[in-house]
Amino acid sequence: MRTGMKSRLCGTTPRGQYFLVTALVLTFLMLSGSQKANALPAFARKYGLRCSACHESWPMLNYFGQKFKDNGYQLMNDRDAPIWQNPGYWPVTFRITPIWHRVSTGEVAVDQGSGVSRITTSGFDLSGLDFHTGGTLEKNFSFYVLPSSDATASFHFETVMARLDNLFGSPWLNIKLGKFELDNLLSEKRILTLTGNGGIYQLYHFIPVGDGNIFGQMGDNQLGIEVMGHSYNDRTRYSASLLSSTDGNVGLPYGNAYTGFFTASQAFDTGKLGVDRIGGYAMIGEAPTYYLTQGGTPLAGSGVSNKTFSREGFVGQFYFGQHFDLQVVTQHGSDSAWFGQGYGDPIDNPGGPNNLTGSALPAGARNPTWNGVLFEPHYVYNPQLIFIGRYETIRMSQQANGPGSATPAPSNLGNISTYTVGYRYNPFMTSRAGFAWHNEYNWMHQDGTSPTGGNLNTSELLIGFDFDF
Amino acid sequence: MRTRLRMWTLLAGATVVLALPMPAWAQLTQHDLASRLGMESHVGHLTGHAKDAKADYRRYCVGCHGELGDGNGENFPWVDPKPRDFQLGVFKCRSTPTGTLPTDEDLFDTLARGLDRSNMPQWSTFTKQQRADLVAWVKHYSPRWANEKPGTPIQIPAEPEVTADRIKAGRDVFARVQCWKCHGVLGQANGPSAATLTDDLGRPIAAFNFTEGARPKCGDTDRDIYRIFMTGLDGTPMPSYADNIKPDEAWDLVFYLRTLMSQPSKEKEMAKKLDLKPVDPNAPAGQQ
Repeated sequence: MRTGMKSRLCGTTPRGQYFLVTALVLTFLMLSGSQKANALPAFARKYGLRCSACHESWPMLNYFGQKFKDNGYQLMNDRDAPIWQNPGYWPVTFRITPIWHRVSTGEVAVDQGSGVSRITTSGFDLSGLDFHTGGTLEKNFSFYVLPSSDATASFHFETVMARLDNLFGSPWLNIKLGKFELDNLLSEKRILTLTGNGGIYQLYHFIPVGDGNIFGQMGDNQLGIEVMGHSYNDRTRYSASLLSSTDGNVGLPYGNAYTGFFTASQAFDTGKLGVDRIGGYAMIGEAPTYYLTQGGTPLAGSGVSNKTFSREGFVGQFYFGQHFDLQVVTQHGSDSAWFGQGYGDPIDNPGGPNNLTGSALPAGARNPTWNGVLFEPHYVYNPQLIFIGRYETIRMSQQANGPGSATPAPSNLGNISTYTVGYRYNPFMTSRAGFAWHNEYNWMHQDGTSPTGGNLNTSELLIGFDFDF
Repeated sequence: MRTRLRMWTLLAGATVVLALPMPAWAQLTQHDLASRLGMESHVGHLTGHAKDAKADYRRYCVGCHGELGDGNGENFPWVDPKPRDFQLGVFKCRSTPTGTLPTDEDLFDTLARGLDRSNMPQWSTFTKQQRADLVAWVKHYSPRWANEKPGTPIQIPAEPEVTADRIKAGRDVFARVQCWKCHGVLGQANGPSAATLTDDLGRPIAAFNFTEGARPKCGDTDRDIYRIFMTGLDGTPMPSYADNIKPDEAWDLVFYLRTLMSQPSKEKEMAKKLDLKPVDPNAPAGQQ
């Protein structure tokens, strides 16, 4: 009996021999074929570079990729203009992520029992779908258009911009017009994490509890114009943007208010460690708090009585050799006391307060201010495998409702702490397609924001295939 | 018996199939390469180590140049010119005489400059140490570096002042050494030999077109252009003219070549004032 089993396994029977040899040949042919994936993401297809040339781990850019982007999606050689491409070349990439995730949220308001309950749910799901198209229209004329959908295929324009590059032959002068991502060195649009709370940078979207200012979210793509420049090797960079205070919403729904966003950074050659960069940013703007009404409904485009807000901080990108790096962003934020009282966006929130004539701030109202920091270390085992961690915290330094108000807020109301860990494994790395096996866990804690006034804790475990083609 | 014969036939067939890629691997193996990982480069005060460049090579270079440095990466079928085969140890851009190995600085500069009219980008974002390490890595692919020393860089005399006479003299050099046969009388890469050019591996190759605004592969300063035709571009039909052109004449030729380029230059202005005519290949020698 044992002998017979051995025969079949080792293939000494005729059928076993056929099976073994055929399996060997097929396995070899399949493995050989798998080395020649022919997917064609837009830029890799154009220039014949692997994903890893521009991405520390797709989609996060490395220094070479940042320079490529800063040059207007050009390598600054004679292959940049589309006239040199095969006429069949079309610079389009799509990206979507089928996932399984488990989400657990504590203290959700419900009708049953004590009125609050933890809800934990899990299952298979989808991300939205992005269609990226970008590149050059001609040498030094670049563009990017990104129709993006949510998971139900409801589309909007996430990015639409054209850029004049290297004006007067200088890399120090480039002008971009349209809707675009702000010049955040640590790009949220290229974030390596995908969970609901871990897939964004909380610092880039923080709004204090009760605050009505939606306009200071530096993680949202904004409508405006940007002047940007850099040194030949991209060691020194600056940018200045003038933005409509619409948080990227089209159709001028608010008022005639503008926001400025400014960045500057300098990179240093640190020998074996790599190229490290430090920089700073400031977002200073104003947005309306008073809207004319018709039948009591605020009128789009009629916003006036602008109030101010600001976000500023430092950015550091520190590389410690070929495997380890640490990204750091700090922020100090401040909103006008009017925003702190909920004024700001009656268009999207008709029940919100409108700064009508005669309105006055309540006693004890102050500018809400806060400080935050995020640390994001990466361990790049090799271009195909990266481990990601992140700790992010935001602490209110001054609540909108101070001690003199009727309902003074606890000093920690709205404070956030969140941890994210995960890894991305790319089973192949070619210049044709991107595919990552993604696994991530996020835990987030916010003080005082549960329906009962207690702390709110959420967690999410996510596993999925993140791919583009 | 019949079963055994069939088994051996199948095994032999499988062996043949499995052995198909062997000729490519047989040239150089990972084992051979591992034994050369001690290769170093020396650029200024920097010492590059091949072993430290492995990750960068894999991240940035392997898609074109291949795991074995033979230029047979996944992009080989799609790019033109084809990626360099480092195993041959033959390089176009050198400061050294034709047929010799380039200096480490030559390779170091090529990495940062990139190669126009090819898929090789400018890797100026690397640190100098990274570039020095990658130079050592490139060298470790070819046994030439184990057996030969790089050539001695050619001497380039100081650039003289450009004059009308020098430009005219440069035109005469252009005619005498028959640059026009490949580059064309107007520098448009349409000379009578242009269509027949192949590189050392038998692949079709185009002569440089001076008029289309591209940068010469090995640099676009006057000294770079001087160096290109005095050292030649090894592996291509562009020979070294070090034995045919005297150093002073070489500068004349540089000035004349500037008049053919589309980029504005004082040489171009002077040629316009001179009403300089292109060389005439049909005129008797010396009167072209």
